[in-house]
Amino acid sequence: MDEQNNVEMLEERVSPSLKKIVKEKEPLVTHQTDLLPKINVQNLNVYYHTTQALKQIEIQIKPQRVTALIGPSGCGKSTFLRTLNRMNDTISGARAEGTVMIDGVNIFAPNINVVALRRLVGMVFQKSNPFPKSIFDNVAYGLRVHGIKDSNNLQERVEESLIKSALWEEVKDRLHESAMALSGGQQQRLCIARALAVNPEIVLMDEPASALDPISTAKIEELIHVLKRDYTIVIVTHNMQQAARVSDWTAYFYMGSLVEYGETKKIFTAPDKKETEDYITGRFG
Amino acid sequence: MTPSSSVSYPLQNLSVKPFNLLEACLEVLVRLFILIPFFSLLYIMTKIFQLGFPTLSWEFLTQPPVDGMTHGGIFPCIFGTLSITILMILMALPLGVAAAIYLTEYAGQGPFFRIIRAAVNNLAGVPSIIFGLFGVGFFILFMGRNIDGVLKSGLLFGQPCMLWAAATLAVLVLPVIIVSTEEALNAVPQSHRAASLALGATKWQTIRDVVLPQARGGILTGAILAISRGAGETAPILFTGCAYFLPRLPVVNLFGVIPMINPLDQFMELSYHIFIMATQSTDAAKTLPIQYATTLVLITLTFLLNLTAIVFRIYFRKKLGQVSI
Ligand SMILES: Nc1ncnc2c1ncn2[C@@H]1O[C@H](COP(=O)(O)OP(=O)(O)O)[C@@H](O)[C@H]1O
Ligand SMILES: [Mg+2]
Repeated sequence: MDEQNNVEMLEERVSPSLKKIVKEKEPLVTHQTDLLPKINVQNLNVYYHTTQALKQIEIQIKPQRVTALIGPSGCGKSTFLRTLNRMNDTISGARAEGTVMIDGVNIFAPNINVVALRRLVGMVFQKSNPFPKSIFDNVAYGLRVHGIKDSNNLQERVEESLIKSALWEEVKDRLHESAMALSGGQQQRLCIARALAVNPEIVLMDEPASALDPISTAKIEELIHVLKRDYTIVIVTHNMQQAARVSDWTAYFYMGSLVEYGETKKIFTAPDKKETEDYITGRFG
Repeated sequence: MTPSSSVSYPLQNLSVKPFNLLEACLEVLVRLFILIPFFSLLYIMTKIFQLGFPTLSWEFLTQPPVDGMTHGGIFPCIFGTLSITILMILMALPLGVAAAIYLTEYAGQGPFFRIIRAAVNNLAGVPSIIFGLFGVGFFILFMGRNIDGVLKSGLLFGQPCMLWAAATLAVLVLPVIIVSTEEALNAVPQSHRAASLALGATKWQTIRDVVLPQARGGILTGAILAISRGAGETAPILFTGCAYFLPRLPVVNLFGVIPMINPLDQFMELSYHIFIMATQSTDAAKTLPIQYATTLVLITLTFLLNLTAIVFRIYFRKKLGQVSI
């Protein structure tokens, strides 16, 4: 991939729409920083013990865009996602080399506060994993962990998160019932609400709809469309149509390497690499 | 089993169960084996109830023994058993749960911790009299005497008393609590820990707010088992604190007014009382009914303690939205 070219193309294509977003939202951030990628990954290598799961990954993820990660099972998509919030730290034997800059800060630097990083980079898992607590307590969990105790404030932010995750209407009358009683799709949206409650800037989603029925999947996809106005979203999906529908940018991984990265429109219509085309058209994987 | 006609219907063959003599005999045998514990228990319970129940009375439960323990009640023994069980669980539960948390959540799978885990499991198989001797050696002679030396308290800690008896029992039941707590912690899905950590919770917050609430039921099961194991034990307290006969209750008035259990006093205890009644009675004819009644009380008491823990466990499971008991 030609670095220089890529960045130029990025500025050209993204800046007009970025200006729009900046106008819509409060123009706090300077134009310059806005053009910077939200996540800038350089020379990333990740190992599990001695086997290498990610090889020399270079990628710039755009702010307030949905980036889809596609590729066959075992190619390292989840590993890459877990690198971005350093959840790999919790896996024994996992080790990362290289740099991952988020907002210009290297998250591998020794002085990084992992707890603060994970508040900033939320995660939604493949299998919905609500706590066996009430719906309210699930969403409030992260807030309480970060020291918010005031019940009015909690109430407000729980409601706000549930509205954002399009679950409010369905659960507003039973906030204090167990989250385990919700349907699979509702549980996954609850997990999204739980992640949004702590006000992250980036949301990582690892095949968030792979275990859901088509209607729930459609709801999640719709949600992603809305959420990208406020969040930078990185989503792993096995479903090519889904990647095409929800994402602005797509990265194709194969055997631990990033094969191709570009605008979704381009990846799905005229990919540069033959391997990408083979994978997308289903001739492979 | 050859099909009679040329067309075979395999499912028809399935409904004809071939008779196998050996299998049938084994089945009968196994059924008989189940009956052995059932009828032993039934026999023992009936016997205890028959011989013990007539002696039970309000006086028996609330009065101390009199006339060389041939008359009167067993209140000091009930008091002693309850106090020592409570004291035991107060010591063993926090220690055991903390150890289990460390072993499951913090310690790795290295050889050192494998040895520790094996040691915990083997500790559960050590005969209880060994714990009694350990109690004398470690708690009374080593810890007690040293505390006395430091506090210059004469012979206060360095002698058999409820504190050391309860501590000895606590060591005895520690493996039970550690093992069942470990199981309870391991049963909490890893995905819940991941969800919590990904929200920016620290490891300790995750354990405290996500893991432990889900493990509470299992931890209480451990407490039930520990109480069952510890409450009826005689050997560990034999040398470490229980008394043959004590004319007073092991109670002290805190600040001269608030009565509380005195852990530095000796105590009478139900199972030890049964033991001395059975082996050292001055008048066997008179003490036999007392002995059975005491046994009945001990069994009922252990059962009630278990019941409390079971009720707690059901309550916590309900709170978690789990259906099963
Ligand atoms: N916890 C782990 N320990 C060891 N190896 C792992 C672990 N997780 C993933 N791997 C390995 O890393 C590679 C990438 O896995 P993963 O990131 O889960 O792929 P994907 O999400 O694309 O299916 C695979 O070869 C897998 O076997
Ligand atoms: Mg995966």
